[in-house]
Amino acid sequence: MATGTEPHPQRGGVHNPTRAAITARHLRTDRWWLAPAATAAGLLAFVVYSTWRAFADTDYYAAPYVSPFYSPCLAENCRSMPHGPNADLFGSWWGISPAVIVLIFPLGFRLTCYYYRKAYYRGFWASPPACAVPEPHRRYTGETRFPLILQNIHRYFFYAALPVAGVLTYDTVLAFRDEDHAFGHMGLGSLVFLVNIVLIWAYTLSCHSCRHIVGGKLRHFSRHPVRYRMWRVVGRLNARHMLLAWASLLSVALADFYVYLVASGVFDDPRFF
Amino acid sequence: MTAVERQEWDVVVVGAGGAGLRAAIEARERGARTAVICKSLFGKAHTVMAEGGIAAAMANANEHDTWQVHFRDTLRGGKFLNQWRMAELHAREAPDRVWELETWGALFDRTEDGRISQRNFGGHEYPRLAHVGDRTGLELIRTLQQRIVALQQQDHRETGDHESRLKVFQECTVTRILKNGDRVSGVFAYERESGRFFVLQAPAVVLATGGIGKSFQVTSNSWEYTGDGHALALLAGASLLNMEFVQFHPTGMVWPPSVKGILVTESVRGDGGVLRNSDGRRFMFDYVPDVFREKYAESEEEADRWYEDPDRNRRPPELLPRDEVARAINAEVKAGRGSPHGGVFLDVSTRMPAEVVKRRLPSMYHQFKELADVDITAEAMEVGPTCHYVMGGVAVDSDTAAAHGVAGLFAAGEVAGGMHGSNRLGGNSLSDLLVFGRRAGLHAAGYAADHARVPVEDAQVSAASAEALRPFSAGAGETAGATGATAAEPGPPENPYALHRELQQTMNDLVGIIRREEEMMQALHRLAALRVRVRRAGVEGHRQFNPGWHLALDLRNMLLVSECVARAALERTESRGGHTREDHPGMDRTWRAVNLLCRLTGRADDGPVRGPAGDGDPLPGAIELVRETTDPIRPDLLALFDKEELVKYLADEELYE
Amino acid sequence: MSGYEARFAVWRGDADGGGLEDFRVEVHEGEVVLDVVHRLQATQAPDLAVRWNCKAGKCGSCSAEINGRPRLMCMTRMSVFDREETVTVTPLRAFPVVRDLVTDVGFNYRKAREIPAFVPPAGLAPGEYRMMQRDVDRSQEFRKCIECFLCQDTCHVVRDHEENRTAFAGPRFLMRVAELDMHPLDAAGESGLDRRRTAQEEHGLGYCNITKCCTEVCPEGIRITDNALVPLKERAVDSKYDPLVWLGSRIRRRPSP
Repeated sequence: MATGTEPHPQRGGVHNPTRAAITARHLRTDRWWLAPAATAAGLLAFVVYSTWRAFADTDYYAAPYVSPFYSPCLAENCRSMPHGPNADLFGSWWGISPAVIVLIFPLGFRLTCYYYRKAYYRGFWASPPACAVPEPHRRYTGETRFPLILQNIHRYFFYAALPVAGVLTYDTVLAFRDEDHAFGHMGLGSLVFLVNIVLIWAYTLSCHSCRHIVGGKLRHFSRHPVRYRMWRVVGRLNARHMLLAWASLLSVALADFYVYLVASGVFDDPRFF
Repeated sequence: MTAVERQEWDVVVVGAGGAGLRAAIEARERGARTAVICKSLFGKAHTVMAEGGIAAAMANANEHDTWQVHFRDTLRGGKFLNQWRMAELHAREAPDRVWELETWGALFDRTEDGRISQRNFGGHEYPRLAHVGDRTGLELIRTLQQRIVALQQQDHRETGDHESRLKVFQECTVTRILKNGDRVSGVFAYERESGRFFVLQAPAVVLATGGIGKSFQVTSNSWEYTGDGHALALLAGASLLNMEFVQFHPTGMVWPPSVKGILVTESVRGDGGVLRNSDGRRFMFDYVPDVFREKYAESEEEADRWYEDPDRNRRPPELLPRDEVARAINAEVKAGRGSPHGGVFLDVSTRMPAEVVKRRLPSMYHQFKELADVDITAEAMEVGPTCHYVMGGVAVDSDTAAAHGVAGLFAAGEVAGGMHGSNRLGGNSLSDLLVFGRRAGLHAAGYAADHARVPVEDAQVSAASAEALRPFSAGAGETAGATGATAAEPGPPENPYALHRELQQTMNDLVGIIRREEEMMQALHRLAALRVRVRRAGVEGHRQFNPGWHLALDLRNMLLVSECVARAALERTESRGGHTREDHPGMDRTWRAVNLLCRLTGRADDGPVRGPAGDGDPLPGAIELVRETTDPIRPDLLALFDKEELVKYLADEELYE
Repeated sequence: MSGYEARFAVWRGDADGGGLEDFRVEVHEGEVVLDVVHRLQATQAPDLAVRWNCKAGKCGSCSAEINGRPRLMCMTRMSVFDREETVTVTPLRAFPVVRDLVTDVGFNYRKAREIPAFVPPAGLAPGEYRMMQRDVDRSQEFRKCIECFLCQDTCHVVRDHEENRTAFAGPRFLMRVAELDMHPLDAAGESGLDRRRTAQEEHGLGYCNITKCCTEVCPEGIRITDNALVPLKERAVDSKYDPLVWLGSRIRRRPSP
């Protein structure tokens, strides 16, 4: 039996009077809210953790490990890290945590990343919360105007993310030393760093901008066989961009947390050799 | 009754599949103001279902291919019943029609050196089918659609109106071709969305409505394939040619029931798929007919070698013309060697690696995965014959596509007869659409330029309106006046869906793939009874997007066409191509030169007439069958064949002329 | 599995109003939602309006929203639902309704006209086109599109904001721009048409916030966002926001001797 003819709910979007008169804003019966909720929770947890750690300005070095949040370290108030990635470029006027100087780049890279944009537009902005679920905003201009038009600078953050990843790679090499800075040793931390740097690189290179730059911009792949092959490799990584984004986010936090645990003396880095 | 809106155009194209769009493009480019009318949305035509490719002798894959070889294959496939001039034009012009698509943005699969890749197909001597994976029809439709949009953009730049010279009336159905004397004056149509009637006045009308598959229960055709163009032509006084030839595609899905009939592309076999029965035997080796004996492999080893080395081996018998394969499958199933659901096995999983299957046959993989839970890279498909195509159609002039007997009427594509003879080769359909779609548009535009518009008579318009409104007053008798319709047949209204089901059942069971005299007599009996009941087909609701009403109107067409098929099938006492008589199993050379023409007696030259059921009787008159002798094949074309081969097909007097 | 009786709620009505109507209808093994809708037509609601054609996921006619999700009715198998659950079928909710499950999709046809067509290269006759498979792969993926308009329906830019309809072409047609821009022989550039720039300035590429619903609903599995929209955004960056590219193109555009 018919539930009766509903008058038109005269509002915007799916309730526009020309469209099928359905009072419910959406009719999804699955748990559509799960994905945006989980995304929001995950991102929020990372933001809270990383903010605390970035501003804490302590326990970021436990020889031979330097927290990826504090590398490279570019102010005078950095801890001394022999052969480490610290260079006093900023001098003494920099008063707060030196992590902030460098973190801006990976932060910007991830903030403007095509995957993270999807994640936070959906998770935080509810724009839209899920497919075919209306967003709560009255107006929408997307990325056509300030500030969101700045998302277009993603590729510059990609360029900036490359040297950062390079420094972290250097840190990983340094992680194969012992407490006395002698090479040829390895501990659990070295392993954590190794996993982290692999994921960081995989995430960085799977970036959509990177895919465009290495080959996507070309019209004729057949005239650029090397770039075509690179494009294909990046493309395969790119298909897993979301996975890599989360995995590398987790691994970088874990690497930092590992350093924190060791530096604050909660436990000792188990050495393998 | 409110006045019916009228518009003036130069050329009206009925149907927006490959042939209709190609005709419209040509007519518009020749300067004719052109309207296209289609039952579905623009770009949804049944052409999208074509999977395999477009046959054209471009010689990209095998340098020996020429139009002569293509012509020869086409005639062999059609068992020499083809209107030979059409087959010649088709083979000559197909490459140009394909290349032209590229200039409109089509992207075919490529060869190593960057040309259009061509694939093997049943009945074609060389790899000849230009294709895009297994979605060639979609590419064709989209390219033509985008070409139309490009022309409209051009018109917009010049006139400020996208539709000033070329307009698509989507979701509209034509129910009558209007005539003034013996000349076409326009079409009567209704808008499906609103039920509103309108008339397009035009001196030239091109029919490109496709086929008749919806008269059969198991079919690969969509709801649109109700034989509209065939029936419209018949009602307008044209003749239908050789309607007994209906192609049953050998491989349709058989399970689950709801998808029974959906096509499994021939490329599955062209790319290496093999047919097996329940004993695991490649049974096609047992079914190679004498006329093809020398051209097909005799052992599995030779057949398998052919995929790599086609010059020194003969092709596998799975690639025989469709009629042969369909009959073979039918026979295997009847002999109790079928698959669990009444088909046979078609296997690619043991023939090529999974990723090759997915790359070459993506939509088949998708179709079986989604609709039947079958992974074709791991297990065999179950397939069986499905009604796919009608070779018969409007009798037309080979060069101009003009329908015989009605000035200003043209037909192209599946609705036109003659091109494919008694059986169509795979891939020849898409090229047919392009070659003859273009020719129809060209000559329709020329005709429209040379002939003044003739006025549409009001009486015809009101008669057509009354006819279209009949279903609303079915079984009501005296209450009909309100809708403008006249008194309907007394008796309870009939459910159009039920009538349709009965019609499909009748055609499928009694005029199907294997035919017998008694069964066809029975079919004609049932069709006569349905004809009476269709007059009472009634519908509920109103005219706005009412599918019941639409079906009730389409039933007229399906019945007319079905009767033509049954009568012609009864008449032709031989087996040839898409017509197989159990009681006359052999091909008879004396029938080769005979065309069967279907016509309406007491025909309604001036639109709907008073039939037995009063004004607007949807089925006036009876169908008569006329024999006609075909034109002798031009000597230089005959010379393309060996004498020994011709002896099998041609009557002695044809040979020694 | 034998047949059972399913519960359906189908939206019926027109532009003046309407509502969900409940049905109980028989369902057999292997059937899809469209089969059930057809059975409703044949047995209970002969005038139930619905669009469909091929019934094999190739024409893109039977788009609707099933349990609130944009889908093709012919490709939604009944076996994905619980036998007890009510299957709700409504018309696409981003387009004006015509009747029952049929909507006015004219928006898409208007947008299609706004995208400049393929520009054939000068000096190449038909039959002389040479393109490598690897160069056509990308555009071929986009040409798999069956124009079911589910992406256009689900895209919140127009679904939730009627006012964006003029400025935004929707995923299907931005993908068309990408297809042409990646076509190895398209000569738009030579004719003075910068497809990347127009994608941004005329077809509303900036409205897309790459939330990927278009990709999620695409029945053809086209990776619209990753392969068409994001690359198009990157190409727009090339021509509008990248100073290095800008500088490079200035230098290269210097009159050559």
